Amino acid sequence: MPTVAGSGAAHLRGEEALLSVEDLVVEYRTSAGVVQAVSKVSFDVLPGETLGIVGESGCGKSTTGRAVLRLDTITSGRIRFRDRAIEQLGDRDMRALRREMQMIFQDPIGSLNPRRPVRELVVEGLAVAGASKKAQEEAAGRVLAAVGLADERFRDLRARRLSGGQAQRVAIARALAVEPQLLICDEPVSALDVSVQAQILNLVEDLKRDLGLTVVFIAHDLSVVRTVSDRVMVMYLGKVCEYGEPESVYAHPAHPYTRALLDSVPQPDTVDGFSGPALEGDLPSPLSPPSGCRFRTRCPRADEQCATEEPQVREIRQGQFAACHHPLPVPDVPVASGGAAVPAVPVAAG
Amino acid sequence: MTQIDILDQTGGALAESVPSEPVVPVVRQRRSFSVGLSYLWLGLVVALAALVPLLPVSDFDIAAGDPRLSPGFGPFDLLLGTDNFGRSILSRILYGGRVSLVIGLVAGVLAFVIGTFLGLLAGYFGRWVDAVITYVTDALLAFPPLILLLSISAVTKPSLFTLCVGLTILVIPSFVRLSRANTIAWRSREFVRAARNMGATSPRIMRREILPNVLPTVASYLPLVIASLIVAEGSLSFLGLGIPAPTPSWGGMISEGKDSLSDSPHLTLIPALVVFLTVFALNQIGDSLRARFDRTAAD
Amino acid sequence: MTLFGTLRKVARSLLVVLLVTFMVVALLSLAPGSVATIILGPAATPESEAALVRELGLDRPVWTQYFDWLGNALQGDLGTSLLTDLPVTEMIWDRLPVTLELALLAQVIALGISVPLAIAAAARPGSLVDRFTSAIASASLSIPAFVAAPILVYFLALQLDLFPVSGWNDISEGLGPNLESALLPAIAIALPEIAAFQRLLRTDLVSTLREDYIAAARAKGMSPRFVMLRHALRPSSFSLITLLAISTGRLLGGTVIVETLFSLPGLGSLVVNSITSRDVIVVQGVVAFIAVIYVALNTAVDVGYGLLDPRVRKEARA
Repeated sequence: MPTVAGSGAAHLRGEEALLSVEDLVVEYRTSAGVVQAVSKVSFDVLPGETLGIVGESGCGKSTTGRAVLRLDTITSGRIRFRDRAIEQLGDRDMRALRREMQMIFQDPIGSLNPRRPVRELVVEGLAVAGASKKAQEEAAGRVLAAVGLADERFRDLRARRLSGGQAQRVAIARALAVEPQLLICDEPVSALDVSVQAQILNLVEDLKRDLGLTVVFIAHDLSVVRTVSDRVMVMYLGKVCEYGEPESVYAHPAHPYTRALLDSVPQPDTVDGFSGPALEGDLPSPLSPPSGCRFRTRCPRADEQCATEEPQVREIRQGQFAACHHPLPVPDVPVASGGAAVPAVPVAAG
Repeated sequence: MTQIDILDQTGGALAESVPSEPVVPVVRQRRSFSVGLSYLWLGLVVALAALVPLLPVSDFDIAAGDPRLSPGFGPFDLLLGTDNFGRSILSRILYGGRVSLVIGLVAGVLAFVIGTFLGLLAGYFGRWVDAVITYVTDALLAFPPLILLLSISAVTKPSLFTLCVGLTILVIPSFVRLSRANTIAWRSREFVRAARNMGATSPRIMRREILPNVLPTVASYLPLVIASLIVAEGSLSFLGLGIPAPTPSWGGMISEGKDSLSDSPHLTLIPALVVFLTVFALNQIGDSLRARFDRTAAD
Repeated sequence: MTLFGTLRKVARSLLVVLLVTFMVVALLSLAPGSVATIILGPAATPESEAALVRELGLDRPVWTQYFDWLGNALQGDLGTSLLTDLPVTEMIWDRLPVTLELALLAQVIALGISVPLAIAAAARPGSLVDRFTSAIASASLSIPAFVAAPILVYFLALQLDLFPVSGWNDISEGLGPNLESALLPAIAIALPEIAAFQRLLRTDLVSTLREDYIAAARAKGMSPRFVMLRHALRPSSFSLITLLAISTGRLLGGTVIVETLFSLPGLGSLVVNSITSRDVIVVQGVVAFIAVIYVALNTAVDVGYGLLDPRVRKEARA
């Protein structure tokens, strides 16, 4: 159990965030004990922004996404949506709110009921709300056209007749039909072929632009996250490691874990970084995570402080935050503004 | 059948084309010979039993000829001979068939409806709902089937109604288990989560998402269950605890004829054969349905 | 399977036994008036009904009746027969051996027929032999006892005069006569079990025969028969034993038909006779007894299965 006050919330902007999550903890019971899938994670998303959450399998990113929508039980923490606390909201209120926060799931075909035709699937949200048959039909036509499935013949098909990409489009159409403000995409392209991935990503981009959506994009593929996100958050074993603009984080990662993730992606040109293996050791068991900084067992820069004290998220340079006692040296100014490199002085945040 | 459209992937065009049936010659799955015969037999029995008032057979409780006539190709009524009282065996087989089939069907369908519903509740809600339903189900299944029926017969006056009730209670647990197992398998699927995300209430999710997927599998067991119900009803009437006289029943006919086995075996062997063929047919049909719809059934 | 897990299973079965016995007792007290009517038959008058209800204690609340019954049962007292005034426990004890022998004999017959059939089928899956034996198994599944018994009696007892038509020869009169009187009834109830065993064993054998160590044994030059008997049969026998235990419980109830038809003095005919003579105390006791044995058998199988997890055994062999 973490003793110090969690990962910290230095990177929260607090102003008009559409979604704000503070100290979210999600635990679940297994036969071997209690697993903390998400340990005091905080972040916020401004309207119209896309936040990319990236990390290896088991880092808790999918659980975070589900917990935000209250699809998983929250152990503790605060979630604010449109300035309204929803972590304790009752079932009925939550159901009404659901239409504004939609989710796209990882298994496109599995997220569709195999026994129902597409025309029914996409308007499920409207049917629940009691919309008329006519309104449902119109909406179905509209959203299917928006995702590129305008052909009438799609509407009678069932999930198993669709390709992965088509199924995901149907899922996106279904989410759009209720006109949400927030769209959480949980590994939406991981199960798709690379060529289809690009199509779906473009689709999400276009829709976000046209409809003014706010998106949380969860993935394990760094390159995918980079192209769609306005901000990126790196998670490891239930904790936030790094947060910032993709250009900054990808070009000059402050957290050793981010560095290691980037190193494992083949790059066309070599970048100064670790020499030798990027990560040492195995992924620790989520049942008993390492004390202090959870990444220390695989981090070449770890020392005694890392074992005793959990690092808080603090600002490394403007707009870039990391939870590390020994962050990697980064140029003082963000890459985008192109200033001269000055020795970095870590700014301690409150 | 239309041709497969090749998707334009390089251009990144958003528009997609409808996937069509691949142009493959349909391979006729070799319909099992015995399954076909089974449908035939069952159809014959059901048709004859339903139409028996229109057939040239005498009533089941009046003498149609001398007692213990052997089967022969004479008048249609005496095709299967007569019993101890000279009653037409053909007539009694058909009227008895009505009873057996009706009881089997009614009890089977009723148990199917109730059992599927309870299993759905148990599988979906879990926790104490599941605990209670499973507890009672296990207790009912702890009785060897015939013993359970006999216990119910011990305290009730036998009639069509009590028989149906008893038989329904007998097979509800099987359906509960089937439905529960399937519900549990389906409820953790992503589309259920997606439905909840749409704001669907639990009853709606159970009704529109899970039930349509559970139903085919559970329903595929109906023929098998009806077969066992016919056996159960037959056993009861064999013991004299089934439908009271003078209504004929297959089990009762077997019992009545067993004392004359040495000189008039047809009294027993004909209803025995009919029971066997009907149960066999139902089992064959049930097996083929189960193989098609129940993915979990090995073999 | 931990000790705790085992204890949990046993505790759960005890709970089931409680509910089962409660159901049996409650069944009769649910409608005490009508039960009395049924017992007294046409001679019932309101006074005699009320007297009987009081005498049987049916006017007390269900719980009281149940706890009384349970308390007595745990001490071995299942009441006294309304008809014969004999203690029910004694009646059960007298008749148990007959039913037990029938059940066990049926199992032996079922195994004796199903194992060779399964081996023949599994040796050449998909072949004519396989489909033929599977068809036989399928057919025997559809022959209930009340159909099988008269047919067997007709052909084997009457036509061929090989076996007696009815009656039971106690083992004290010699093993031969005893088996003679037991064989036909045992065959009659064994038929569905033949089918169940054959199917299970065949499936098991087919999947075992696909494993690598079988190919290794054959490569070493062992004959197919040796391979089948020594190597393939062993792991498959595990699930067979499981099924055996379960079907024994099932058979205990299945002997009702044959005991009635062949006039055998077992538990099954006791139940039927008691029902016909409205001896509800006996019905209660016997049904509860049979049900408890059934639960006990299933629990033993369940617990044993956990203790002897085949995965552990497979790893040990590899």
